[in-house]
Amino acid sequence: MPERIVVPFGPQHPVLPEPIHIDLVLEDELVVDAVPSIGYIHRGLEQLVQKREYPEYVYVAERICGICSFMHALCYCQGIEHIMGIEVPDRSRYLRTIWAEYSRLHSHLLWLGLFADGMGFENLFMRSWQLRERVLDVSEDTTGGRIIQSTCKVGGVRRDIGQEMLDKMHRGLDIFEEECRDLGNVFLNDETVKYRLQGLGVISKEEAYALGSAGPTLRGSGVASDQRETGYAAYGELGYKAVVETAGDCYARCAVRVRELYSSIDIIRRAIEEIPEGPIDVKVRGTPDGEYFSRVEQPRGEVVHYLLGNGTKHLARARIRTPTLANVPALVKMLPGAQLADVPIVVLSIDPCISCTER
Amino acid sequence: MSDKKEQIIREIAPGDLLREVEALNAGGYRIVQIGCTGMESVYEINYTFDKDYDLVNLRLTVEPGAEIPSISGIYWGAFVYENELHDLFGITVTDINIDFKGTFYRTAEKYPLSITRSGGDDSCQNV
Repeated sequence: MPERIVVPFGPQHPVLPEPIHIDLVLEDELVVDAVPSIGYIHRGLEQLVQKREYPEYVYVAERICGICSFMHALCYCQGIEHIMGIEVPDRSRYLRTIWAEYSRLHSHLLWLGLFADGMGFENLFMRSWQLRERVLDVSEDTTGGRIIQSTCKVGGVRRDIGQEMLDKMHRGLDIFEEECRDLGNVFLNDETVKYRLQGLGVISKEEAYALGSAGPTLRGSGVASDQRETGYAAYGELGYKAVVETAGDCYARCAVRVRELYSSIDIIRRAIEEIPEGPIDVKVRGTPDGEYFSRVEQPRGEVVHYLLGNGTKHLARARIRTPTLANVPALVKMLPGAQLADVPIVVLSIDPCISCTER
Repeated sequence: MSDKKEQIIREIAPGDLLREVEALNAGGYRIVQIGCTGMESVYEINYTFDKDYDLVNLRLTVEPGAEIPSISGIYWGAFVYENELHDLFGITVTDINIDFKGTFYRTAEKYPLSITRSGGDDSCQNV
Protein backbone atom coordinates (compact mmCIF):
# COMPACT_ATOMS: atom_id res chain seq x y z
CA MET A 1 0.00 0.00 0.00
CA PRO A 2 1.48 3.36 -0.99
CA GLU A 3 2.45 5.80 1.70
CA ARG A 4 -0.18 8.45 2.41
CA ILE A 5 0.84 12.09 2.40
CA VAL A 6 -1.12 15.27 3.02
CA VAL A 7 -0.77 18.09 0.48
CA PRO A 8 -2.25 21.48 1.34
CA PHE A 9 -4.30 23.00 -1.50
CA GLY A 10 -4.80 26.73 -0.96
CA PRO A 11 -5.64 29.07 0.65
CA GLN A 12 -3.47 30.71 -2.03
CA HIS A 13 -3.58 28.86 -5.35
CA PRO A 14 -3.29 30.04 -8.97
CA VAL A 15 -6.81 28.85 -9.89
CA LEU A 16 -8.45 30.33 -6.79
CA PRO A 17 -8.84 34.08 -6.61
CA GLU A 18 -10.23 33.65 -3.10
CA PRO A 19 -8.95 31.71 -0.09
CA ILE A 20 -10.23 28.21 0.62
CA HIS A 21 -8.01 25.55 2.09
CA ILE A 22 -8.25 21.83 1.40
CA ASP A 23 -5.99 19.22 2.94
CA LEU A 24 -5.62 16.55 0.24
CA VAL A 25 -4.73 13.07 1.45
CA LEU A 26 -2.84 11.36 -1.37
CA GLU A 27 -1.63 7.89 -2.24
CA ASP A 28 1.01 8.65 -4.88
CA GLU A 29 -0.95 11.21 -6.93
CA LEU A 30 -4.39 9.77 -6.25
CA VAL A 31 -6.65 11.74 -3.89
CA VAL A 32 -8.14 9.46 -1.23
CA ASP A 33 -9.59 12.10 1.08
CA ALA A 34 -10.16 15.85 1.20
CA VAL A 35 -10.67 18.03 4.27
CA PRO A 36 -11.77 21.62 3.57
CA SER A 37 -11.59 24.62 5.84
CA ILE A 38 -12.79 28.18 5.34
CA GLY A 39 -13.12 31.35 7.40
CA TYR A 40 -9.97 33.21 6.34
CA ILE A 41 -11.93 36.29 5.36
CA HIS A 42 -15.15 35.89 7.36
CA ARG A 43 -16.62 39.39 7.69
CA GLY A 44 -19.65 38.96 9.92
CA LEU A 45 -21.88 40.96 7.55
CA GLU A 46 -24.96 39.24 8.97
CA GLN A 47 -24.40 41.05 12.27
CA LEU A 48 -24.57 44.42 10.54
CA VAL A 49 -28.37 44.15 10.36
CA GLN A 50 -28.36 45.23 13.98
CA LYS A 51 -26.45 48.41 13.11
CA ARG A 52 -27.91 49.41 9.74
CA GLU A 53 -31.54 50.33 9.19
CA TYR A 54 -33.36 47.76 7.10
CA PRO A 55 -33.50 49.87 3.89
CA GLU A 56 -29.76 50.59 4.20
CA TYR A 57 -28.86 46.93 4.61
CA VAL A 58 -29.49 46.45 0.88
CA TYR A 59 -26.10 48.08 0.29
CA VAL A 60 -24.47 45.62 2.69
CA ALA A 61 -26.28 42.67 1.08
CA GLU A 62 -24.95 43.76 -2.32
CA ARG A 63 -21.43 43.64 -0.98
CA ILE A 64 -21.65 40.07 0.26
CA CYS A 65 -20.40 39.04 -3.16
CA GLY A 66 -18.75 40.84 -6.04
CA ILE A 67 -20.27 38.53 -8.64
CA CYS A 68 -23.84 37.86 -7.55
CA SER A 69 -24.21 41.25 -5.93
CA PHE A 70 -27.58 42.01 -7.54
CA MET A 71 -28.97 38.61 -6.53
CA HIS A 72 -28.21 39.20 -2.85
CA ALA A 73 -29.96 42.57 -3.00
CA LEU A 74 -32.93 40.96 -4.76
CA CYS A 75 -33.18 38.12 -2.25
CA TYR A 76 -32.96 40.51 0.70
CA CYS A 77 -35.51 42.97 -0.73
CA GLN A 78 -37.98 40.23 -1.63
CA GLY A 79 -37.69 38.88 1.93
CA ILE A 80 -38.38 42.27 3.52
CA GLU A 81 -41.23 42.90 1.08
CA HIS A 82 -42.79 39.56 2.02
CA ILE A 83 -42.59 40.32 5.74
CA MET A 84 -44.07 43.80 5.27
CA GLY A 85 -46.69 42.69 2.74
CA ILE A 86 -45.41 45.03 0.02
CA GLU A 87 -46.48 44.35 -3.57
CA VAL A 88 -43.93 45.94 -5.86
CA PRO A 89 -45.03 47.32 -9.26
CA ASP A 90 -45.01 44.95 -12.23
CA ARG A 91 -42.44 46.97 -14.14
CA SER A 92 -39.95 46.73 -11.28
CA ARG A 93 -40.33 42.95 -11.21
CA TYR A 94 -39.45 42.78 -14.91
CA LEU A 95 -36.51 45.14 -14.44
CA ARG A 96 -35.27 42.99 -11.55
CA THR A 97 -35.53 39.92 -13.76
CA ILE A 98 -33.57 41.57 -16.58
CA TRP A 99 -30.75 42.69 -14.28
CA ALA A 100 -30.71 39.32 -12.49
CA GLU A 101 -30.25 37.48 -15.79
CA TYR A 102 -27.52 39.87 -16.94
CA SER A 103 -25.83 39.10 -13.60
CA ARG A 104 -26.12 35.40 -14.31
CA LEU A 105 -24.64 35.90 -17.78
CA HIS A 106 -21.61 37.76 -16.49
CA SER A 107 -21.11 35.27 -13.66
CA HIS A 108 -21.28 32.23 -15.93
CA LEU A 109 -18.98 33.87 -18.51
CA LEU A 110 -16.54 34.73 -15.73
CA TRP A 111 -16.64 31.12 -14.56
CA LEU A 112 -16.28 29.71 -18.08
CA GLY A 113 -13.17 31.86 -18.51
CA LEU A 114 -11.68 30.73 -15.21
CA PHE A 115 -12.53 27.12 -16.02
CA ALA A 116 -10.87 27.38 -19.42
CA ASP A 117 -7.84 28.97 -17.76
CA GLY A 118 -7.78 26.12 -15.25
CA MET A 119 -7.69 23.66 -18.18
CA GLY A 120 -4.88 25.64 -19.82
CA PHE A 121 -7.14 26.72 -22.72
CA GLU A 122 -6.01 30.34 -22.74
CA ASN A 123 -7.71 31.69 -25.84
CA LEU A 124 -11.03 30.22 -24.67
CA PHE A 125 -10.50 32.03 -21.38
CA MET A 126 -9.92 35.32 -23.22
CA ARG A 127 -12.93 34.83 -25.49
CA SER A 128 -15.19 34.14 -22.48
CA TRP A 129 -14.09 37.29 -20.71
CA GLN A 130 -14.35 39.30 -23.91
CA LEU A 131 -18.04 38.38 -24.08
CA ARG A 132 -18.45 39.10 -20.38
CA GLU A 133 -17.28 42.66 -20.98
CA ARG A 134 -20.25 43.18 -23.29
CA VAL A 135 -22.60 42.16 -20.47
CA LEU A 136 -20.85 44.49 -18.05
CA ASP A 137 -21.22 47.31 -20.58
CA VAL A 138 -24.99 46.84 -20.50
CA SER A 139 -24.95 46.83 -16.69
CA GLU A 140 -22.96 50.05 -16.69
CA ASP A 141 -25.22 51.68 -19.29
CA THR A 142 -28.41 50.79 -17.41
CA THR A 143 -27.35 51.11 -13.76
CA GLY A 144 -24.13 53.11 -13.69
CA GLY A 145 -22.25 50.21 -12.12
CA ARG A 146 -20.53 47.21 -13.68
CA ILE A 147 -20.89 44.91 -10.67
CA ILE A 148 -22.31 46.76 -7.68
CA GLN A 149 -25.43 48.24 -9.21
CA SER A 150 -27.50 49.53 -6.30
CA THR A 151 -30.69 49.47 -8.34
CA CYS A 152 -32.70 47.14 -6.12
CA LYS A 153 -34.42 48.62 -3.09
CA VAL A 154 -37.19 47.65 -0.71
CA GLY A 155 -40.36 48.52 -2.62
CA GLY A 156 -39.04 48.23 -6.17
CA VAL A 157 -36.04 49.54 -8.09
CA ARG A 158 -34.25 52.88 -8.17
CA ARG A 159 -33.78 53.26 -11.91
CA ASP A 160 -35.85 52.64 -14.98
CA ILE A 161 -34.61 51.61 -18.42
CA GLY A 162 -35.94 53.75 -21.26
CA GLN A 163 -37.54 52.22 -24.34
CA GLU A 164 -34.65 53.32 -26.56
CA MET A 165 -32.18 51.48 -24.36
CA LEU A 166 -34.43 48.42 -24.12
CA ASP A 167 -34.60 48.31 -27.94
CA LYS A 168 -30.82 48.59 -28.14
CA MET A 169 -30.41 45.76 -25.61
CA HIS A 170 -32.89 43.62 -27.57
CA ARG A 171 -31.03 44.16 -30.84
CA GLY A 172 -27.72 43.39 -29.14
CA LEU A 173 -28.98 40.04 -27.86
CA ASP A 174 -29.14 38.49 -31.36
CA ILE A 175 -25.45 38.82 -32.14
CA PHE A 176 -24.55 38.17 -28.49
CA GLU A 177 -26.47 34.88 -28.54
CA GLU A 178 -24.73 33.84 -31.73
CA GLU A 179 -21.34 34.52 -30.15
CA CYS A 180 -22.31 32.70 -26.94
CA ARG A 181 -23.37 29.68 -29.00
CA ASP A 182 -20.00 29.71 -30.77
CA LEU A 183 -18.29 29.83 -27.39
CA GLY A 184 -20.56 27.13 -25.97
CA ASN A 185 -19.86 24.96 -28.99
CA VAL A 186 -16.18 24.82 -28.00
CA PHE A 187 -16.93 24.00 -24.37
CA LEU A 188 -19.44 21.30 -25.30
CA ASN A 189 -17.90 19.74 -28.40
CA ASP A 190 -14.14 20.26 -28.36
CA GLU A 191 -12.48 16.86 -27.98
CA THR A 192 -9.73 18.17 -25.69
CA VAL A 193 -12.28 19.74 -23.33
CA LYS A 194 -14.41 16.60 -23.30
CA TYR A 195 -11.38 14.40 -22.67
CA ARG A 196 -10.38 16.62 -19.76
CA LEU A 197 -13.82 16.84 -18.13
CA GLN A 198 -15.90 13.78 -18.84
CA GLY A 199 -15.97 11.21 -16.06
CA LEU A 200 -14.15 13.56 -13.67
CA GLY A 201 -15.54 14.51 -10.24
CA VAL A 202 -18.68 12.43 -10.62
CA ILE A 203 -21.51 12.82 -8.14
CA SER A 204 -24.70 10.86 -8.62
CA LYS A 205 -28.23 12.26 -8.65
CA GLU A 206 -29.03 10.59 -5.32
CA GLU A 207 -25.83 11.85 -3.68
CA ALA A 208 -26.25 15.42 -4.95
CA TYR A 209 -29.79 15.54 -3.58
CA ALA A 210 -28.96 13.90 -0.25
CA LEU A 211 -25.97 16.19 0.30
CA GLY A 212 -28.10 19.30 -0.11
CA SER A 213 -26.19 20.55 -3.16
CA ALA A 214 -27.40 23.59 -5.05
CA GLY A 215 -27.41 25.15 -8.51
CA PRO A 216 -25.48 23.70 -11.46
CA THR A 217 -23.84 21.20 -9.08
CA LEU A 218 -27.29 19.78 -8.33
CA ARG A 219 -28.72 20.15 -11.84
CA GLY A 220 -25.57 18.70 -13.45
CA SER A 221 -26.39 15.49 -11.58
CA GLY A 222 -29.90 15.32 -12.97
CA VAL A 223 -31.98 17.04 -10.27
CA ALA A 224 -34.38 19.59 -11.77
CA SER A 225 -34.28 22.21 -9.03
CA ASP A 226 -34.14 25.92 -9.80
CA GLN A 227 -35.79 28.58 -7.64
CA ARG A 228 -36.81 30.49 -10.75
CA GLU A 229 -39.46 27.81 -11.25
CA THR A 230 -41.22 29.14 -8.12
CA GLY A 231 -42.09 32.31 -10.02
CA TYR A 232 -40.49 35.11 -8.01
CA ALA A 233 -39.88 38.48 -9.73
CA ALA A 234 -41.27 38.09 -13.29
CA TYR A 235 -40.35 34.41 -13.74
CA GLY A 236 -43.94 33.43 -13.02
CA GLU A 237 -45.23 35.28 -16.09
CA LEU A 238 -42.22 34.51 -18.27
CA GLY A 239 -42.05 30.86 -17.27
CA TYR A 240 -38.89 28.92 -16.61
CA LYS A 241 -37.82 25.31 -16.76
CA ALA A 242 -34.63 24.17 -15.06
CA VAL A 243 -31.64 23.25 -17.26
CA VAL A 244 -30.58 19.71 -16.37
CA GLU A 245 -27.73 17.40 -17.33
CA THR A 246 -27.43 13.87 -16.02
CA ALA A 247 -23.81 12.71 -16.07
CA GLY A 248 -22.89 14.40 -12.76
CA ASP A 249 -19.30 15.07 -13.84
CA CYS A 250 -17.31 18.26 -14.46
CA TYR A 251 -18.47 18.27 -18.10
CA ALA A 252 -22.14 18.12 -17.05
CA ARG A 253 -21.74 21.03 -14.62
CA CYS A 254 -20.04 23.01 -17.36
CA ALA A 255 -22.80 22.10 -19.85
CA VAL A 256 -25.50 23.32 -17.44
CA ARG A 257 -23.82 26.73 -17.22
CA VAL A 258 -23.34 26.93 -21.00
CA ARG A 259 -27.00 26.11 -21.63
CA GLU A 260 -28.05 28.58 -18.92
CA LEU A 261 -26.36 31.30 -20.97
CA TYR A 262 -28.89 30.60 -23.71
CA SER A 263 -31.83 30.43 -21.30
CA SER A 264 -30.81 33.73 -19.68
CA ILE A 265 -30.66 35.41 -23.08
CA ASP A 266 -34.10 34.02 -23.85
CA ILE A 267 -35.54 35.32 -20.55
CA ILE A 268 -34.05 38.79 -21.08
CA ARG A 269 -35.41 38.91 -24.63
CA ARG A 270 -38.93 37.99 -23.54
CA ALA A 271 -38.80 40.29 -20.50
CA ILE A 272 -37.88 43.22 -22.76
CA GLU A 273 -40.72 42.35 -25.13
CA GLU A 274 -43.31 41.97 -22.38
CA ILE A 275 -42.26 44.58 -19.81
CA PRO A 276 -45.33 46.61 -18.78
CA GLU A 277 -45.43 50.38 -18.48
CA GLY A 278 -45.92 51.90 -15.05
CA PRO A 279 -44.20 52.96 -11.84
CA ILE A 280 -40.99 51.32 -10.68
CA ASP A 281 -41.42 51.58 -6.93
CA VAL A 282 -43.94 52.04 -4.14
CA LYS A 283 -43.69 54.11 -1.00
CA VAL A 284 -42.58 51.95 1.93
CA ARG A 285 -43.99 52.73 5.37
CA GLY A 286 -43.47 51.00 8.68
CA THR A 287 -40.92 48.48 9.88
CA PRO A 288 -40.63 44.73 9.34
CA ASP A 289 -42.12 42.55 12.06
CA GLY A 290 -41.97 38.84 11.33
CA GLU A 291 -39.71 36.31 9.70
CA TYR A 292 -39.19 34.82 6.27
CA PHE A 293 -36.82 32.50 4.44
CA SER A 294 -36.27 34.35 1.16
CA ARG A 295 -34.82 32.29 -1.69
CA VAL A 296 -33.43 33.29 -5.07
CA GLU A 297 -31.54 31.30 -7.71
CA GLN A 298 -28.05 32.77 -7.90
CA PRO A 299 -25.64 31.72 -10.66
CA ARG A 300 -24.11 29.20 -8.23
CA GLY A 301 -27.45 27.99 -6.89
CA GLU A 302 -30.14 28.77 -4.40
CA VAL A 303 -29.27 31.45 -1.82
CA VAL A 304 -31.30 31.72 1.37
CA HIS A 305 -31.71 34.94 3.36
CA TYR A 306 -33.41 34.24 6.67
CA LEU A 307 -34.70 37.60 7.90
CA LEU A 308 -36.17 38.23 11.34
CA GLY A 309 -37.75 41.62 12.02
CA ASN A 310 -38.83 42.78 15.46
CA GLY A 311 -40.88 45.82 14.55
CA THR A 312 -37.97 48.24 14.79
CA LYS A 313 -35.95 49.84 12.00
CA HIS A 314 -33.19 47.30 12.64
CA LEU A 315 -33.66 43.61 11.93
CA ALA A 316 -33.05 41.24 14.82
CA ARG A 317 -31.26 38.74 12.63
CA ALA A 318 -30.18 37.96 9.09
CA ARG A 319 -28.74 34.56 8.30
CA ILE A 320 -27.46 33.99 4.80
CA ARG A 321 -26.88 30.49 3.43
CA THR A 322 -24.90 30.76 0.23
CA PRO A 323 -24.76 28.06 -2.46
CA THR A 324 -21.02 27.48 -2.18
CA LEU A 325 -21.38 26.41 1.47
CA ALA A 326 -24.11 23.98 0.38
CA ASN A 327 -21.79 22.56 -2.29
CA VAL A 328 -18.81 21.93 0.01
CA PRO A 329 -20.07 18.44 1.04
CA ALA A 330 -20.44 17.53 -2.65
CA LEU A 331 -16.88 18.72 -3.28
CA VAL A 332 -15.62 16.51 -0.43
CA LYS A 333 -17.33 13.56 -2.15
CA MET A 334 -16.09 14.47 -5.66
CA LEU A 335 -12.38 14.72 -4.91
CA PRO A 336 -11.51 11.17 -3.76
CA GLY A 337 -10.51 9.20 -6.85
CA ALA A 338 -9.23 12.23 -8.75
CA GLN A 339 -5.59 12.72 -9.70
CA LEU A 340 -3.76 15.59 -8.02
CA ALA A 341 -3.48 17.38 -11.38
CA ASP A 342 -7.27 17.32 -11.74
CA VAL A 343 -8.02 18.81 -8.31
CA PRO A 344 -8.13 22.45 -9.54
CA ILE A 345 -10.68 21.51 -12.23
CA VAL A 346 -12.87 19.59 -9.79
CA VAL A 347 -12.77 22.44 -7.26
CA LEU A 348 -13.60 24.98 -9.97
CA SER A 349 -16.47 22.85 -11.23
CA ILE A 350 -18.66 23.83 -8.25
CA ASP A 351 -17.88 27.51 -9.05
CA PRO A 352 -16.74 28.26 -5.51
CA CYS A 353 -17.50 31.78 -4.31
CA ILE A 354 -15.66 32.25 -1.07
CA SER A 355 -16.71 35.87 -0.81
CA CYS A 356 -20.35 34.69 -0.52
CA THR A 357 -19.42 31.92 1.86
CA GLU A 358 -17.47 34.30 4.09
CA ARG A 359 -20.38 36.74 4.34
CA MET B 1 -46.15 37.66 -8.59
CA SER B 2 -43.89 36.66 -5.71
CA ASP B 3 -42.83 33.26 -4.50
CA LYS B 4 -45.96 31.76 -2.91
CA LYS B 5 -44.45 28.46 -1.87
CA GLU B 6 -45.28 27.20 1.58
CA GLN B 7 -42.99 27.68 4.58
CA ILE B 8 -43.69 25.67 7.72
CA ILE B 9 -41.93 26.39 11.01
CA ARG B 10 -42.28 23.70 13.65
CA GLU B 11 -40.90 24.13 17.16
CA ILE B 12 -39.47 20.91 18.54
CA ALA B 13 -37.60 19.77 21.64
CA PRO B 14 -33.92 18.80 21.25
CA GLY B 15 -34.82 15.25 22.23
CA ASP B 16 -37.13 14.97 19.22
CA LEU B 17 -34.64 16.28 16.68
CA LEU B 18 -33.27 13.02 15.31
CA ARG B 19 -36.70 11.41 15.05
CA GLU B 20 -38.14 14.42 13.19
CA VAL B 21 -35.17 14.62 10.84
CA GLU B 22 -35.37 10.88 10.15
CA ALA B 23 -39.01 11.35 9.19
CA LEU B 24 -38.19 14.19 6.78
CA ASN B 25 -35.38 12.18 5.24
CA ALA B 26 -37.72 9.25 4.74
CA GLY B 27 -40.21 11.66 3.16
CA GLY B 28 -37.69 12.68 0.49
CA TYR B 29 -36.73 16.10 1.83
CA ARG B 30 -33.41 17.74 0.91
CA ILE B 31 -31.44 19.63 3.54
CA VAL B 32 -31.21 23.33 2.71
CA GLN B 33 -29.44 24.76 5.72
CA ILE B 34 -29.00 24.85 9.46
CA GLY B 35 -28.99 28.41 10.74
CA CYS B 36 -28.63 29.83 14.21
CA THR B 37 -30.09 33.02 15.65
CA GLY B 38 -28.79 34.41 18.91
CA MET B 39 -31.74 35.80 20.88
CA GLU B 40 -31.55 37.60 24.26
CA SER B 41 -30.43 34.62 26.31
CA VAL B 42 -31.01 31.58 24.07
CA TYR B 43 -30.21 30.34 20.60
CA GLU B 44 -32.85 29.53 17.99
CA ILE B 45 -31.58 26.93 15.56
CA ASN B 46 -33.50 26.40 12.32
CA TYR B 47 -33.09 23.15 10.42
CA THR B 48 -34.46 23.85 6.94
CA PHE B 49 -35.56 21.18 4.48
CA ASP B 50 -37.06 21.41 1.00
CA LYS B 51 -39.22 19.21 -1.16
CA ASP B 52 -40.67 20.51 -4.42
CA TYR B 53 -39.80 24.06 -3.27
CA ASP B 54 -41.85 23.80 -0.06
CA LEU B 55 -39.83 24.54 3.07
CA VAL B 56 -40.10 22.78 6.39
CA ASN B 57 -38.21 24.28 9.33
CA LEU B 58 -37.58 22.46 12.56
CA ARG B 59 -36.79 24.99 15.27
CA LEU B 60 -34.83 24.21 18.40
CA THR B 61 -34.41 26.65 21.26
CA VAL B 62 -31.32 25.94 23.34
CA GLU B 63 -29.50 27.61 26.20
CA PRO B 64 -25.84 28.57 25.90
CA GLY B 65 -23.73 25.60 26.94
CA ALA B 66 -26.35 23.04 25.90
CA GLU B 67 -25.37 20.12 23.67
CA ILE B 68 -27.36 19.12 20.61
CA PRO B 69 -27.08 15.89 18.64
CA SER B 70 -25.65 15.89 15.13
CA ILE B 71 -27.92 15.01 12.22
CA SER B 72 -24.92 14.21 10.01
CA GLY B 73 -25.68 10.51 10.46
CA ILE B 74 -28.91 11.15 8.55
CA TYR B 75 -27.85 13.98 6.23
CA TRP B 76 -24.12 13.50 5.58
CA GLY B 77 -23.64 17.07 4.31
CA ALA B 78 -24.93 18.61 7.54
CA PHE B 79 -21.38 18.67 8.89
CA VAL B 80 -20.68 22.08 7.29
CA TYR B 81 -23.57 23.71 9.14
CA GLU B 82 -22.91 21.91 12.41
CA ASN B 83 -19.25 22.88 12.42
CA GLU B 84 -20.43 26.42 11.68
CA LEU B 85 -22.73 26.30 14.73
CA HIS B 86 -19.73 25.40 16.83
CA ASP B 87 -17.15 27.69 15.29
CA LEU B 88 -19.27 30.84 15.04
CA PHE B 89 -21.67 30.44 17.98
CA GLY B 90 -19.85 28.10 20.36
CA ILE B 91 -22.67 25.52 20.34
CA THR B 92 -21.57 21.97 21.07
CA VAL B 93 -22.84 19.46 18.51
CA THR B 94 -22.16 15.86 19.45
CA ASP B 95 -21.13 13.05 17.08
CA ILE B 96 -20.58 15.08 13.88
CA ASN B 97 -19.37 12.78 11.11
CA ILE B 98 -16.54 15.21 10.23
CA ASP B 99 -15.77 17.18 13.38
CA PHE B 100 -13.25 19.94 12.70
CA LYS B 101 -13.09 20.69 16.43
CA GLY B 102 -13.08 24.43 15.90
CA THR B 103 -10.94 24.67 12.77
CA PHE B 104 -13.58 24.77 9.98
CA TYR B 105 -13.92 28.56 10.24
CA ARG B 106 -10.44 29.94 10.84
CA THR B 107 -11.68 33.18 12.36
CA ALA B 108 -9.36 35.48 14.29
CA GLU B 109 -11.79 35.48 17.22
CA LYS B 110 -13.24 32.36 18.77
CA TYR B 111 -17.06 32.06 18.61
CA PRO B 112 -17.53 35.56 17.12
CA LEU B 113 -21.36 35.34 17.06
CA SER B 114 -21.82 33.84 20.53
CA ILE B 115 -24.42 35.59 22.71
CA THR B 116 -22.18 35.15 25.76
CA ARG B 117 -19.71 37.63 24.31
CA SER B 118 -20.51 41.32 24.35
CA GLY B 119 -21.57 42.92 21.07
CA GLY B 120 -20.15 45.84 19.15
CA ASP B 121 -16.44 46.23 18.82
CA ASP B 122 -15.54 44.86 22.24
CA SER B 123 -13.06 42.06 22.38
CA CYS B 124 -14.33 38.50 22.50
CA GLN B 125 -14.97 37.15 25.99
CA ASN B 126 -14.51 33.55 24.95
CA VAL B 127 -10.89 33.83 23.87
